Amino acid sequence: MMSYSAFLTEYGPRFLDGATVTAIQTVLAAILAIVIALVAGLMRLSANVVPRWVATTYIEIFRGTSLLVQLYWIFFVLPLFGITLEKFTAGFVAVGMNLGAYGAELVRGAILSVPRGQWEAAIALNMTGAQRMRRIILPQAMVIMLPPWGNLLIELLKGTALVSLIAVADLMFEAKQINGTTFLSAQAFGTALIIYYAMARFVITPAMRGLERRMRRRLSRA
Amino acid sequence: MTDQDMSKYPLRLADDKVPMVRFMNVTKRYGDLVVLDSLDLDVDEGEMVTVIGPSGSGKTTVLRMLMTLETINGGVIYVDGEPLTHMEKGGRLVPADRRHIRRMRANIGMCFQHFNLFPHMTALENCMEAPVHVLGLPKAEARDRSIELLGMVGLEDKVDQHPARLSGGQQQRVAIARALAMRPKVMLFDEVTSALDPEVIGEVTNVIRKLVDQHNLTMLMVTHQMGFAKEISDRVCFFYDGKIEEQGPPSEIFGSPQKERTQQFLSAVLEAG
Ligand SMILES: Nc1ncnc2c1ncn2[C@@H]1O[C@H](COP(=O)(O)OP(=O)(O)O)[C@@H](O)[C@H]1O
Ligand SMILES: [Mg+2]
Repeated sequence: MMSYSAFLTEYGPRFLDGATVTAIQTVLAAILAIVIALVAGLMRLSANVVPRWVATTYIEIFRGTSLLVQLYWIFFVLPLFGITLEKFTAGFVAVGMNLGAYGAELVRGAILSVPRGQWEAAIALNMTGAQRMRRIILPQAMVIMLPPWGNLLIELLKGTALVSLIAVADLMFEAKQINGTTFLSAQAFGTALIIYYAMARFVITPAMRGLERRMRRRLSRA
Repeated sequence: MTDQDMSKYPLRLADDKVPMVRFMNVTKRYGDLVVLDSLDLDVDEGEMVTVIGPSGSGKTTVLRMLMTLETINGGVIYVDGEPLTHMEKGGRLVPADRRHIRRMRANIGMCFQHFNLFPHMTALENCMEAPVHVLGLPKAEARDRSIELLGMVGLEDKVDQHPARLSGGQQQRVAIARALAMRPKVMLFDEVTSALDPEVIGEVTNVIRKLVDQHNLTMLMVTHQMGFAKEISDRVCFFYDGKIEEQGPPSEIFGSPQKERTQQFLSAVLEAG
């Protein structure tokens, strides 16, 4: 039987390629999720019922159904309606739209937890609604929602493994391929497991902690 | 409210002497609870009017309506002769739209019991924020104005501190400077010393004293500090249950109150404090 170091020497580059694709999927999906979360979260708080209803429906659908089904819809069903996405695009779009729905609730919750006095002070200074939100409320909401966003981004990273099911050559896809040809399941999936864990634990978590520290310092709520 | 009702309110005030603020028959309800009942109250230009009264009598609500933080359910509020809560349309008063409210709101500034400074900005940034982004002042000018005001409240050495690093008294003084930086004609103070430790109350009352002495600001102040109210007010209004029970110069209200409720309130407060 092949030693683990021989296994890594042989298949390491493919794991790296897969991990790179996973990282890119994660970054693109995260950007999409953040944008969707902001827009949908703000729409949920709109005084107007139409945007509120649209956002609520979106959030309900994307939180109430499984990511895998959404991925298949976007990749296999949307083409029937004339919207064809390449598998790589379909992958991060599905993950981003799904996690964006969860993020929208974080955005909304964080905005609502900024003390009412902050809104009132901004009104008393005659700031417009947009100025109040952008310059007073969101910077404070941001600090409140960073920790739960850290968890959400880790969920997002794990969620990207599903894109292997539409044959995007991510880390999970490579692990399955290697397993299929070598039948070294423990090595193949064990390596994938370790890389996912390392990306979450040693990249996302410290990055979010650092961001949190920086924001908190700027807020300097001693 | 029907058109018939609105016709008794002038489109703008045009007496010989227009008050800076006029509440005309103003009613405020929360659901079935009538918080203010047909309130009539004038505040003249440069006048300092103090509002006292038991908790829940509607004092804060009076200020919040004037700051446009609350809508009203009846009557009209005028500021400097122009309707605040309403605007003219086709020769009639209709409820004000957002634009009208924003234009009129520029006349009014407010300080709150809990300061409500923006925690992510320094004292200076708190003061500069609205002059730069609302009034469109050049940064340098807003900065000069803010530093001057922070100096006026005695905080020239704290301009670069965030609120979390300031004491309550210092925060409240920044809040006063921040409101003044918008150059309002009317300043509202809602129990601005109630959240402060007794030993720093003086820092804040001294600033208000200075405003009264040196500026021609119109001020409406809710306070529980009877001594300060007596010393500084041109007029004192005693609120009880959503109405002005009694008003007059401080010497009369504190020296020889006519109404029984005023007497009871004052003796209770003086006993307690
Ligand atoms: N947002 C609100 N909803 C319902 N009732 C309110 C609200 N704000 C104030 N009230 C009620 O209005 C009355 C007057 O309140 P307020 O003006 O704060 O009194 P004061 O400042 O004299 O203590 C109180 O009975 C209070 O409970
Ligand atoms: Mg009050």
